[in-house]
Amino acid sequence: MIPIAHYLILSALLFAIGTAGVIVTRNLIIIFMSIELMLNAANLAIVAFSRQLNLMDGHVYVFLIMAVAAAEAAVGLAIIIAIFRNRESINADRFNLLKR
Amino acid sequence: MLEVLIFYFSALVAIAGAVLMIVQRNPVASVLYLILSLAAQAVLYIQLSALFIGALLIIVYAGAILVLFLFVIMLLNLRGEHFEDKGPRLGRATKYALSVLFFAEFVVIIKELAFTERAGMLAAETAADFGGVEPVAELLYTKYLYPFELTSVLLLVAVVGAVLMAKREKTARQEDI
Repeated sequence: MIPIAHYLILSALLFAIGTAGVIVTRNLIIIFMSIELMLNAANLAIVAFSRQLNLMDGHVYVFLIMAVAAAEAAVGLAIIIAIFRNRESINADRFNLLKR
Repeated sequence: MLEVLIFYFSALVAIAGAVLMIVQRNPVASVLYLILSLAAQAVLYIQLSALFIGALLIIVYAGAILVLFLFVIMLLNLRGEHFEDKGPRLGRATKYALSVLFFAEFVVIIKELAFTERAGMLAAETAADFGGVEPVAELLYTKYLYPFELTSVLLLVAVVGAVLMAKREKTARQEDI
């Protein structure tokens, strides 16, 4: 039997890799995928807790989080397309309109 | 023994896929590595007897959301875009250190949660249909009916927003966002 702490550590590790992706990379699409990875890491922890407590409510939460992730992906990719159309780039370093 | 082996193998694949995703330069390869990572996570879900959620992860994430990513990458012509970090070396090191620190913080919290031998173990036995389609759907349509219905509103708003955002405006000026 695998202790739940192992699942939580794995989830934390995936979440940390996701944050590293958001902070380090400058490709907007990869930043966006890192956010999806972070959502999935949280889902993994929820499913593990759900299994530990022997309750299926966690599965419903994960279902709702997936719906939110899908909505977020649709809107985010639309924003990326709009930005690319205007700036011809998806490099996060070049979006400094508010800094100037 | 076998389940421990499956857990560590899937965990390794999930982590490797995630790391390779963020270090890739080619966004298409990046998407494929994320799919690999998600497939490994789906194995873990199924090992946690969350069959429905595991299937959903493959169908919705790998099948729909990441294909959408691929479509967008295909639409945008990214040839000649360079994403090298031109910042100072110290700044780059700080970025990695920050996420390592973040992970360390998580580990401390997980340790502090005091997973004793008994409380830290997964429930030894669950119902035969735990995590199947039917019991999850029953919860979804009874206890969580209103959140579920609100999800449909959220998706509608997202669809309208995405169409509005990505639509090409003929009269608008192209220079400003």
